[in-house]
Amino acid sequence: MIIDSVGMLDLLLVTLASFGIGALGALIMARSPKLASIVGHGGALLGAIAALMLGLAGLAGGSLQLEFADLLPIGGAVFGMDRLSAFFVMVTAVGAIPAALYAIGYTREYAGKHSLAGMGLAFNVFIAAMILVPLACNVLTFLALWEVMSLASYFLVITEHEREETLQAGWIYFVMTHAGFAALFLGFLLLAHATGTASFSEWSAAAAKLDPSSRNLIFVLLALGFGSKAGAIPLHVWLPRAHPAAPSHISALMSGVMIKLGIYGLVRVAFDWLGVGPIWWGGTMLVVGAVSGVLGVLYALVDGDLKRLLAYSSVENIGIIMLGIGAAMLFQATQLPGLAALALVAAFYHTLNHAVFKSLLFMAAGAVLHATHTRNLEELGGLIRRLPQTAIFFLVGSLAIAALPPFNGFISEWLTFQSLLLSFQISAHTVNLLFALGVAALALTSGLAAACFVRSFGITFLALPRSERAERAREVDWTMRAAMLVLALACVGLGVAPSVILAPLEAAVFALTGAHADMQFSLTAVVANDGFGWVAPLWIALGLVGFLLIIPLGLRVIGANHRRRYYETWGCGRALQTARFEYTAAAFANPFKRVFGLLYRPAKKLDVEFHPESRYFVRAIAYDNQGRLVFEEALYRPLLRLIEALARQARLLQSGSVHGYLVYILIALVALLILAV
Amino acid sequence: MLIEITIEILQLLIVMIGSPLLVGIIRKAKARLQGRRGAGIFQPYVDLRKLFSKEVVVSENTSWIFRFTPYLLVTTMLLSAVIVPVLTTRAALSFMGNIIALMYLFLLGTFFLALAGLDAGSAFGGMGSSREVAIAALAEPTVLIAIFGIALRAGTTSLDGIITRFAVEPLLMLNAGHLLAFIAFFVVALAENGRLPVDNPATHLELTMIHEAMILEYSGRLLALVEWAAAMKLFLFLTLLSNLFFPWGIALANTPSTLFIAGLALAVKLLVFAVAIAFVETSVAKLRLFRVPELLAGSFTIALLAVVTAFFIK
Repeated sequence: MIIDSVGMLDLLLVTLASFGIGALGALIMARSPKLASIVGHGGALLGAIAALMLGLAGLAGGSLQLEFADLLPIGGAVFGMDRLSAFFVMVTAVGAIPAALYAIGYTREYAGKHSLAGMGLAFNVFIAAMILVPLACNVLTFLALWEVMSLASYFLVITEHEREETLQAGWIYFVMTHAGFAALFLGFLLLAHATGTASFSEWSAAAAKLDPSSRNLIFVLLALGFGSKAGAIPLHVWLPRAHPAAPSHISALMSGVMIKLGIYGLVRVAFDWLGVGPIWWGGTMLVVGAVSGVLGVLYALVDGDLKRLLAYSSVENIGIIMLGIGAAMLFQATQLPGLAALALVAAFYHTLNHAVFKSLLFMAAGAVLHATHTRNLEELGGLIRRLPQTAIFFLVGSLAIAALPPFNGFISEWLTFQSLLLSFQISAHTVNLLFALGVAALALTSGLAAACFVRSFGITFLALPRSERAERAREVDWTMRAAMLVLALACVGLGVAPSVILAPLEAAVFALTGAHADMQFSLTAVVANDGFGWVAPLWIALGLVGFLLIIPLGLRVIGANHRRRYYETWGCGRALQTARFEYTAAAFANPFKRVFGLLYRPAKKLDVEFHPESRYFVRAIAYDNQGRLVFEEALYRPLLRLIEALARQARLLQSGSVHGYLVYILIALVALLILAV
Repeated sequence: MLIEITIEILQLLIVMIGSPLLVGIIRKAKARLQGRRGAGIFQPYVDLRKLFSKEVVVSENTSWIFRFTPYLLVTTMLLSAVIVPVLTTRAALSFMGNIIALMYLFLLGTFFLALAGLDAGSAFGGMGSSREVAIAALAEPTVLIAIFGIALRAGTTSLDGIITRFAVEPLLMLNAGHLLAFIAFFVVALAENGRLPVDNPATHLELTMIHEAMILEYSGRLLALVEWAAAMKLFLFLTLLSNLFFPWGIALANTPSTLFIAGLALAVKLLVFAVAIAFVETSVAKLRLFRVPELLAGSFTIALLAVVTAFFIK
C-alpha cells in the first residue's frame, strides 16, 4: 500500500479531526455522561483507526512534511514522518483502537461519579499527543507535545482522585515525569547549542563532530530522560504506582504505548541524533536492560495486586526491549551492522508485541476489577467459570508474555536470543562476557515470567473463589470483550505469521541504520544469520493443533475408557473443602522470596495469638511478608533528603520581607550590568 | 521427501513406544543397585494400559484447563519428538525450530501442567506448581548458557547443524568447554524431569513431592497421558544429551544401514544414561527444596565456564 504524501496529509488531518471531534464532542455532551463517553471514545476510536492507516502508510514508505512557522517560537512547529516514526505511530494506534472500544463499556461505571466529559477530553488529547510525538521534528515541537502527553496522562491517572493512594501515585508520576522532562530539556539545549540547530534532521551530521565529553554528557541526559519515561530500573518507581491507579484502559495505554515513546527516544538518540557511540553506551544499555528485566519480573512475581504486577512486568519487558537496543548499539560499535539491524528488529518486534499483550492483560485485569471490585489476588479465584471469555483472553495474554509458542512474545524473544547468541562474532572478550550475561538474564527473565503468569492466571481464575466478591462476579460488557478479542487475535496473528510485520520492520531498521538485518524470512519461517537459527511458527502452530486433534482420536482407537465421574478434590480425608485450603498467591511466591531474599529483603512478621488457657491452641495468626522497596529506600530517600536540605538552605534567602527582595533585585541588576560591561 | 516423512514417523514411534521402556529400565537398574529385584522392564506399559482402561475421576472444582492439559502435554512432546534428531539429522520436519524453540515448547507444557496443579484447589497441587515453576525458571539460564556454549563451537543453534558439525569434526568436542556444557545440561535434565536429587519420582510423601504433587488429582486416561508425556520428556532430554554431546552413530544421510546403526547407537547411549541416572538416584539423597537453587546455580556457573573457555580457546 503506497500512499502519496498528499494522501498521508489527508490521513493525518482525519486523525486529528477525529480526536478533535471526540474531545469537543465529549465536552458538549457533558450533560449526558453516556453520550459523552460514546462520542468521546468513539471519536478516539475513529482517530486511532486513521492513525493506524497513517502508520502503515508511513511504514510502506510514505513520507510527510508539515511546517507551521508561527505556531511556536524557535523554528516553528515542524512535523515529519520517516519509517521509524511511522512504526511508533502504528504501535500507538494498535494500543489505542482497542482501548477506545474498551473504554465505552468500562467507563460506564464512572457515570455520575466522575466527569466522563473530562475523561473523554483528556483521553483524546492523550492519544493525539502520543501520535504526534514521534512526528515532531524539532526541539520545541517535541517538548511541547511530550509535556501535553504527560499532563493528559496525569489527569487520567488521577481520575479516581477520591482515593488517597491515587493522588499520591499521581504526585509521584508528576514529579518523575518532570524530572525526566528536565533531563531531556537540558540534553536538548546542550545538543542544540553544540550543533547550532534545533532541527532534528540536522543533528546526525553535526553530532559526529562534537567533542566526546559533551557528546557523552548529552547521551547520559537524554538517556535518563527517555529512560524514566520508559520505566527502566532505577527510574521505574512511578510506573508500579501510576499504572494500577489509573482506570484500566488508561493503564493499558500507558503500559502498552506511552512507555514505548521512551523507547522511541532512546532509539532516536542512539541511532539517529548522536550516531554511533563508544562501547560503554551500548554496554550500559544492555546492563540496564538486563537488570530491568530480571528485577522487574522478580517484583511482579511476588506482588499481590493484579494490576501492579502487570505494571512491574512492563518494567521487565522494557528491559527485554533495551537488551535488544543495547545489543544493537554494541554491534554497531564493533562494526557488525547486519547484526545490529537484527537486534533492532527484535527490539522493535518486542515493542509492538508488548503493546499488544500488555494492553490485553491490563484490559482483562480491568474486566476482573470491573466484575469483582478488587485487585487483590488473595480475594480472587474461580473466575474461569464466572468470566469464561475474559479468562481465555487473560490466558492468551499470559502465554504471549511468557514467550510461549505459538504466540507473538515467543518470536520476538526468540529473535532477541538469536541476536545475543550471535555476539560470538565480536572478538573482544569483555563484550563477549557482557553478552553472555545478557543471555543468562534474558533466560532467567523469561523463565520467571512464565512462573509469574502461572501465578497470576492460576490464582485469579482457577479453583474456588476466595471471597464473596469473586463468587458473585459476572462476565463483562461486549465492548470490553470485543476489544480484548481484537488484541488476543493480534497475539496469535503476530505469533503465527511474523513475516507480515517483519518486512516493514526490517525496512524501517534499514532506513535508520543503513544496513539490512542479518536474517531471512518467508511466510512460514524466520531464519537468523544464514541458518544460525531458524523457527517456523506457522508449522509449530499447525503441529500443535494437529496433534491436539489426533490424540483424542488415537485414544478412541486404542479403546481407552471414556467414562468420567465428578467428585470432590482429595483432601487427606477432610470432610469439607473450602477456598481456605487453596494455595495462596503469597504461598505461591514464597520459594522465589526465599531464593532471591537478598534482593527482596523481606520484612517478615508473624503474630500468633494464643488461647489464654493454653499455648497449644492458636486463636489467630497474622502473617505479613512484605518485600521492602529497595530502590525507594536506597536511592530515592537519600535523594529526597538532599533536596529537602537544599530547600531548607534556600529558605534562608527567602525571608518573606519585600525589602529583602528589593535588595536582591538591585544586586542582580548591578551584577548583570557589570557582566554586560 | 517420502523417505524423510517415513523416517519422521519412525522417530515419532520410537519416542512414543520407547519412552515407557526407558522408564522401566531406569527403575529396574535402580532396583538392582538397591539390592531389590524390582518389576520387569515392561511394567510401565502394563501401568499405562491399566490406566487407560480405568474411568476418570475429576474434581468438581476444576475447569477445562485441567482436562485439556494432559492432551497439550502429550502434544508438546510429540511435536518435540518431530524436531529432535533421534535417528537422523535429515528428517522432514526438523526445520520447525532450533534448540531454543524446542526449550520453549517444553516450557509450554510445564506452564499448563502448573496451571492444572492449581485448578483443583488443593494445597498439594498449588505447592507442586509453585515449586515446579520455580525450578523450571531457575534452570532456564543454565539451559540457554549451555546452548550458547555449544552454539559458539558449532556456529549454529540448529539441532541438525550442531550434531552434523560435531559428527564431522569430532576434534571440536575435544576440550574442557564441551565437557562442562555437558555436565551443566545433565544437571538441568535431571531438574527438568523431576529426578533425584531435585525431585524424587518415587515419593508420595506430601511435603517433599513436586511433580507428583501437581498431578495428584489426575486419574485414569488423563493420568496415563501425563505419565506418558513425562516419560517422553525424559526420553527426549536423554536423546538430546546423547546426540548433541556424543553424536557417534547418528545418521548423516538416510540409508537403511545408517539408520539401523543410528538406532543401535541410540539404544546403547540411552542404556548408558539410564544406568547413570539409576546410579545417581541410588547414591544421592534428595536435596531440600531450598538447596536446589544452589545446585542450579552450580550448574549455571559450570555452563558459564563452558562459554568462557570457548571464548578464550578460540
